[in-house]
Amino acid sequence: MSQAVNSPHFNANARKALDDAFLQKALARSEKGFIERRKAAVEKLPEYDAIRDSARDLKDHILAHLDLYLEAYEKNVIAAGGHVHWAADAEEANEIIHGICKRLDAKTVAKGKSMISEETGLNAYLEERGIRPIETDLGEYIIQLRGETPSHLIAPALHVTKEQIEADFRRAHTDLPPERNLDEPTSLLAEARAMLREKFLAADVGITGANFLIAETGSSVIVTNEGNGDLTQTLAKAHIVISSIEKVVPTREDAATFLRLLARTASGLDLSVYTTFSTGARREGDPDGPLEYHVVLLDNGRSNMLGGKFQEMLRCIRCGACMNHCPVFHAVGGHAYGWVYPGPMGAVLTPSLVGVEKGGQLPNASTFCGRCEEVCPVRIPLPKLMRNWREREFERHLQPAAARYGLDFWAAFAKRPALYRAATSVAMKVLRLIGGKGRIRSLPLASGWTKHRDFPAPQGETFQALWKKRRVAR
Amino acid sequence: MPDQVPAVATKPLRVGLFATCLVDLMRPRVGFAAAKLLEDVGCVVEVPAQTCCGQPAFNSGDRSTARELAMQAIKAFEPYDYVVMPSGSCAGQVIVHYPELFEGDAAWLPRARALAAKTFELTVFLSDVLKAAPRARFEGSITYHDSCSGLRELGIKAQPRKLLAGVEGLSVVEMKDPDVCCGFGGTFCVKYPDVSNKIVGKKTGNIAASGASTLLAGDLGCLMNMAGKLSREGKEIRVRHIAEVLAGMGDEPAIGEPER
Repeated sequence: MSQAVNSPHFNANARKALDDAFLQKALARSEKGFIERRKAAVEKLPEYDAIRDSARDLKDHILAHLDLYLEAYEKNVIAAGGHVHWAADAEEANEIIHGICKRLDAKTVAKGKSMISEETGLNAYLEERGIRPIETDLGEYIIQLRGETPSHLIAPALHVTKEQIEADFRRAHTDLPPERNLDEPTSLLAEARAMLREKFLAADVGITGANFLIAETGSSVIVTNEGNGDLTQTLAKAHIVISSIEKVVPTREDAATFLRLLARTASGLDLSVYTTFSTGARREGDPDGPLEYHVVLLDNGRSNMLGGKFQEMLRCIRCGACMNHCPVFHAVGGHAYGWVYPGPMGAVLTPSLVGVEKGGQLPNASTFCGRCEEVCPVRIPLPKLMRNWREREFERHLQPAAARYGLDFWAAFAKRPALYRAATSVAMKVLRLIGGKGRIRSLPLASGWTKHRDFPAPQGETFQALWKKRRVAR
Repeated sequence: MPDQVPAVATKPLRVGLFATCLVDLMRPRVGFAAAKLLEDVGCVVEVPAQTCCGQPAFNSGDRSTARELAMQAIKAFEPYDYVVMPSGSCAGQVIVHYPELFEGDAAWLPRARALAAKTFELTVFLSDVLKAAPRARFEGSITYHDSCSGLRELGIKAQPRKLLAGVEGLSVVEMKDPDVCCGFGGTFCVKYPDVSNKIVGKKTGNIAASGASTLLAGDLGCLMNMAGKLSREGKEIRVRHIAEVLAGMGDEPAIGEPER
């Protein structure tokens, strides 16, 4: 089991998103803040671009030696008293986690934010087996109440307005007095905190993701802004970390290199409010901490990306900057992308993990404006990788027939300059006749254009024809 | 990028004008404006038989057609001292992507690289290579849209503004987010018309809010997209390619206006 893939319906999803007034309001509110906060944070750090270069080089080095670093990491987790479980796919990861929960007779598990657990569909898997997962990140808590999936890497409830959250809280928290005031975001936060506090104490198992895994110490690192990760992992009997394999870094210094980029790029903070390093289970003399510490290392298609055309995508540190700067994401939000990962990084990663047959719409749904690559902290050439997917689709004849024939028809002329000049000079004269007033309101075969815009009529004669006339006249 | 002024006085530079298919078909006056700007500073301008740089094929995943069209363009433009294109995105295709298309091809890679090295977008060529300061008059306020490929692949941002600063009677008012995509994206705008519409609607809102009476940019695709949307919205803002204004052709019919 893993999250269902709805990416082939990007166009329909997008239309629905464009008609959703709440979503459009939420998107309009969030767009500017992310961009301005990142810009301000980056401007304050003169060596930002130099750190990006080191981070890129470091990731490339790690990916070239991923097996060695993973083995070193495993060895050091075990040395620190933890357990490592290797999961080839989502199903295996879910089974392993369920097995641990069952052995500990867990009724509820507290969860920190984890996109990998979204990838494996962990919540649904546990619920079907009688275990209640409780999301403890505020955004995740909100969308869990709403029965939704995250729409953004670091702001899972980006698509929801404050007014909608208030309504959700009033619907879900029926024990609280209905006349309470929830006008301010702080009162919503306080209410969520009070609700969650009890859940933390009741949870038998805490599950978190990992931003980084440190090979030299066997530690996992998470960053949060609410501190929920710390409570999730220290109060329960067992702490289970679920992470994908490419999160490993060699040393603590290396983790620091990425940490210097991550929060600045993601939210404009120098560092996230909480950066938590976890190494093994509770030791003798420790006042608290989990009795068991497990790491589930998920592959789920990533090792297939190594050494191939999409390896650079594995540099991603999940900051969300690419989607924060993407005009398409700003227009339709994250759910339109139809799987776990939205925006430009999702447009490359989704076909890599679920197959281009299912994910192929996403790398096409880009204007190639290049802003994602411009802001990526590890310099992933996202447009190039999206183009690689388009090439894969073209080679395998997966694109719609109309688009392919259209391209072939145009190419047949473009490859023959003499024919091209003859054909286009007739065609432009015809278009000019249709568009005598300068603008064409409706054009057969170009309804995609004229549905929303006029088509500016051509001048009539082509430049090459006119240039020839000028030369003769001289 | 060469920063010395080439020896224009002793031997005229032979410039191959790669008009781009959109200018060739839709708006020849951009080609004539570019030719005038180049001839005014002593270049000899030639227009060899040409079609398209191949970008639509390249971005649709059809690498073999893209290579074929690139070879055609390389052969056509090899004889010139410089190649100039009135489009940042088409120039980006030649400068950045032609060498990528021939990676590992011992015969064509050097030829692709050689063409890339002498190819320039028009405003970059005028401003950075020739250090030209075209003299023109244009009455009115303009706002300038930075087309994405030119901006991010070629770093075009200062050059058009520098050239416009020399135009008498013209004032530049910056719109909000001039460097954000207009939603054209080549075939994107017809494959995802509703998403594209949302993006261009934001753009035309910013253009109108600037209060400028004319919108300029350096790429005809983006210009046609924005002109088409402004026209559909009934906004009375004229839209032109920057070359037209720099060449003193700013009183001819704007994009989407009837020919006189």
